[in-house]
Amino acid sequence: MADLTAYRAVLASRVRAQTTYRLSFGLDLLGALLVGLVELAETWVVFSQVDVLGGLDFGGVLLVFGLSNICFSIADLLVGHVDRLPRYIREGTIDVFYLRPQPVLAQLVTSEISLRRLTRIGVGVAALVAGLLANEIPEPLRAAAVIGLALVFGTLIFCALFVSAAGCQFWLVNGAEFTNAFTYGGSYAASQPTSVFGTGLKITFGFVVPAAFVGYLPTLVVLGQPGPALLPAWLAWFLPVAALWSCLLAGLLWRAGVRHYQGAGG
Amino acid sequence: MTVPSGAVVEVDRLVREFTVREPVPGRRLRRRARRVRAVDEMTFAVGPGEAVGYIGANGAGKSTTIKMLAGILVPTAGSVRTCGLEPIRDRRALSRRIGVVFGQRSQLWWDLPLSESFAILGAIHRLEPDALASRRAELVEELELVEFWSTPVRQLSLGQRMRAEVAAALLHRPELVVLDEPTIGLDVLSKQRLREFLVHERRTRGTTLLLTTHDMGDVERLCERVLVVDHGRLAYDGTLSGLGATVAAERILVVDLAEPVADLQVPGTRHLGSEGEGVRQRLAFDPATTTAAAVLAAVQTRAEVRDLSVAEPDVEDVVRRLWARNRAVGAGGRPGSA
Repeated sequence: MADLTAYRAVLASRVRAQTTYRLSFGLDLLGALLVGLVELAETWVVFSQVDVLGGLDFGGVLLVFGLSNICFSIADLLVGHVDRLPRYIREGTIDVFYLRPQPVLAQLVTSEISLRRLTRIGVGVAALVAGLLANEIPEPLRAAAVIGLALVFGTLIFCALFVSAAGCQFWLVNGAEFTNAFTYGGSYAASQPTSVFGTGLKITFGFVVPAAFVGYLPTLVVLGQPGPALLPAWLAWFLPVAALWSCLLAGLLWRAGVRHYQGAGG
Repeated sequence: MTVPSGAVVEVDRLVREFTVREPVPGRRLRRRARRVRAVDEMTFAVGPGEAVGYIGANGAGKSTTIKMLAGILVPTAGSVRTCGLEPIRDRRALSRRIGVVFGQRSQLWWDLPLSESFAILGAIHRLEPDALASRRAELVEELELVEFWSTPVRQLSLGQRMRAEVAAALLHRPELVVLDEPTIGLDVLSKQRLREFLVHERRTRGTTLLLTTHDMGDVERLCERVLVVDHGRLAYDGTLSGLGATVAAERILVVDLAEPVADLQVPGTRHLGSEGEGVRQRLAFDPATTTAAAVLAAVQTRAEVRDLSVAEPDVEDVVRRLWARNRAVGAGGRPGSA
């Protein structure tokens, strides 16, 4: 209870800080909106050349895009700021986290909230709704269930991805570019039909960094498609397992990072 | 030094090494790893209610020791116990019982006023509303925080911010307070206030105090025991007066005179130098044998004094002299402790 009060107080102040300068906040929102739209346009440009990509038409890809963008943006809003860790390490402010009776990761996660991601969530929602309207949905109940599952556990998968990347930052204090490859790269992979990738990437994004679970597999269920050999549609129902695996990986990487910091010093 | 049972801090042959990578001469891309000992077989204990000054030059290993006490760094060898706990393993339990102030690192929220920061800290430490309110009122009064209670932290002066930092670290009534350079960069008045508060806090609550500082004034007014660390080793452990006896802690009086005067020769002082053909002169004296006022009075019989300042000896100076003395005595690897 007390922890929630503290989190609310910090968040309220972060929200106030971000919205104090209205023009700047407006531009932040607009920027995030444009990034989302440009990515959507990219997909649309591809479909101006082809009719089907990886077994999905434009309507299907809209679903993949919508789901992955909503999940990524919510994760970014909630925990994306863990990528500030290198700055905290360089400035030594991370030491302050060690002096408080909460887990360091919990403190880092609750230290900020990135409101400018809101518009990007909006783009994702629009794409998802458009995708649902554009397609014939054979079994609406199944579709609703898998979409609910995807939104919850897909967000969790991306949160875990952010934390994994932050865990690596304890070693690579200036390695943000490298770890961005996993977070933003993972997000990009999740917004594409995984079937377009070669076998190696299919396995990577299916089972190591389970990006396929966020958008592609649930979309197959929604559309009633069987899916390719390596990634059958029924795998979508294992979303909680994929999320658990991501969280486990994130936990291990983060723990190792914290240990490394305690061993190497500020 | 005997320490009462149930020591608050127990450090036993504590060692901390760091790996430093340095370029190999003549080979641009090769780097060689070298192990450096920041803390070298340190052993000491601090009993409940003690006030200990932990002093030494930059890079002597002070902050490294503190980080091991607080559970931020893992020791390379040896053991450390703080409040009877093992700092790394019991970090979260320990954080409820110690308060740490890093002079250079803020634990306040940059754009929040103290009123909100303290509410958050109260929640972080899970203080009961009544306990929080009474403690907060105490700290606000004693550290005189009320005039800037609703000002965002970023707008506070350094002196105000340090007082707020100390209050923040002491909000949960820790039994051990560790201060790393608490008065660095503060003006005389702010220093004075902070020291008075810490003395009061110790007297009323029996808080154990461990502070690192470069300011001998801090040590003199706050600590009854001094640990001098040099190159990661304990160079002295004893009372401040004992340290003063081993290395006379001189003060320096700097006077600006109305007109150039020949080098002043005042009994009980040493003339250190003159500038501007004698307009500014520096005199060293031992506060145990004379006072700044007596020296000043003696100067005024010979020349008109326009301005003056008294410099307290630097910790580095004391440590340097301590080492020189130890070497002269031929104490060998481990200098004497009182």
